[in-house]
Amino acid sequence: MTLSPSFKRSLWVFHFNAGSCNGCDIEIVATITPRYDPERFGVRLVGSPKHADVLLVTGPVTKKMAPRLRRVYEQMPSPKVVICIGTCGQSGGVFYDSYNLDGPVDDVIPVDVYVPGCAPRPEAIIYGVVTALTKLERIERGEE
Amino acid sequence: MLSMDVILVTILAAGALSIIGIVVGLILLGIDRRISARMQARIGPPLRQPFIDLKKLLSKENIIPENAIPSLFNAAPIVALASSIVVLLYLPIGSMMPILGGYGDLILVMYLLAVPALAMVAGGFASGSPYATVGAQREMVSMIAYELPLASIVIAVAWLLYSSGIADPFALSSIVANPIWSLVGPIGMVGLFVLLLTFAWVSPAELSKIPFDTPEAETELAGGVLVEYSGKNLGLFTIAQGVKTLVMGGLAVAIFFPWNLSPLLGLAGYAALAVDAVFFFAKVILLMILSVTVIRTGLARFRITHVVTLFWVWFGVAGLFGLSLVILDSVLAGWF
Repeated sequence: MTLSPSFKRSLWVFHFNAGSCNGCDIEIVATITPRYDPERFGVRLVGSPKHADVLLVTGPVTKKMAPRLRRVYEQMPSPKVVICIGTCGQSGGVFYDSYNLDGPVDDVIPVDVYVPGCAPRPEAIIYGVVTALTKLERIERGEE
Repeated sequence: MLSMDVILVTILAAGALSIIGIVVGLILLGIDRRISARMQARIGPPLRQPFIDLKKLLSKENIIPENAIPSLFNAAPIVALASSIVVLLYLPIGSMMPILGGYGDLILVMYLLAVPALAMVAGGFASGSPYATVGAQREMVSMIAYELPLASIVIAVAWLLYSSGIADPFALSSIVANPIWSLVGPIGMVGLFVLLLTFAWVSPAELSKIPFDTPEAETELAGGVLVEYSGKNLGLFTIAQGVKTLVMGGLAVAIFFPWNLSPLLGLAGYAALAVDAVFFFAKVILLMILSVTVIRTGLARFRITHVVTLFWVWFGVAGLFGLSLVILDSVLAGWF
C-alpha cells in the first residue's frame, strides 16, 4: 500500500451507525466540536463514503445493518481505515446475546483500530485516529 | 490575421494565468476555512489545507459507479475546471487587460459562469445515484433562480456605460477603465450599492456555499451532485471550486472596485502590473471573506423553495430596484 504524506494531514471521516444506542454517536459529535477542533489537523466529517478515508463504525452490527455496512465499506476508495468505536462493536456489549446481532464489527468487515468504552470519551476517539495512522505507517514500512 | 508571436504569447500567458488562478483559488478556499474556524472560536486548518486535501485526493482510488455513464461522469469535472479557467482568462487582473479580452465580453462571461454548474448537473445525472439526481435537479433550480438578479446587475452596468457614451459597454476592459461609481450621481450611487449587495448574495449561490449549498447538502443528500465522486475526479472539482471562487471575486472587483494602486504610487511597466495584480488578489480575498465566509458561517442552509423565493422575489426586486435607480439617476442628470 502506498500512502502519501498528505494522507495523514487530511483524514476525511465517514460515520456509520450499525445499530448503536446513539451514545457513541453523540461522543463523535462531541469530538468535532470547537473544544477539540480536529479540523486543525485536516480531519473533516463527510457525508458520503466515496469521499472518506476513515470509517467510524458504532454499535453492534444488527442483522439488517450487516449488508449495508459491507456495502458502505466496499464503496470507500482505498487506502482506507476502519475504526470501531465503543464496546458494542468489539463484543456486542450489553447486547452480546441478542437474537438479532450479526456479530461484532470485525465479523463483517476488517477493523484496524478498536476504541473501547461505553461510550468512549472524545479524547479516546482522537487517540484512536492517531493510532490508526501509526498502524498505516507500520503497514507501509512492511512491519506488519 | 494573427501573427505566430501573438498566438504564442497568448498561449503562454493563458497557461501561466491558469496555474496562478489554481494556486490562488486553493489559497482562497484555505483562507475561507481558516476565517470560518476563527469565527466559531476554533483554530482551524492551516492555509495550505486545500493543497494537502488535493494531494491526498489525487493519490486515492478513483471509483466509477457501476450504473454511471463513464464518459459523462469523467468529463464533468474536466469541463467544470476548464470552463472556470476560461472565465478567468476573460477577467482583467489588476491593470493587466484580459488575455482573451478581444474575443468576448460580459455577456459571454455570464454564459461561461453557467457552464461549471451545468457540468456538475451533467455529472450528477450521469452518476446514476438518486442522491446525485436530486442534487442535480436542485443545482438547476438554484441556477435558474440566481440568474435573474445577476442579469439585472449586468444590464445596469452595461446600460450605465452605454448612456454615458462609452464605446463597447459590454467589454470588461471598458468597464474597468471607467469605474461605474464615477458615472452616476447620488441616486445612482444608492442604486449601485443595492446592486453590489445583490451581487454579494449571488456569489455564494453561484459557488454553492452555505446558505445556498442545497445541491450539495451534506446532511440530507450526502454530498448531492458530488456524492459518487471520489479520488481524482473529486480533486478536479475542488480545484474548479477554487478557481470559481477567484472568478466570482474577480468579477465583483472588475465591476464594482476596478481601481488600481499603480497610478497612486506612480509606477509603470512591469512593477505596475505586479503591484496591481497583488492589489487585485487582496481585493478578491477581502470581498470573498465578506460575501462568502461571513455569510456561510453566520447562516444555516436554505431549503430549495426558499432559495427560489429569495432570488426571484427579494433579490430580483432588489436588482430591478437598483437598475431603476441607476436609470432614474441618468434621466434626472439629463434634465438638469
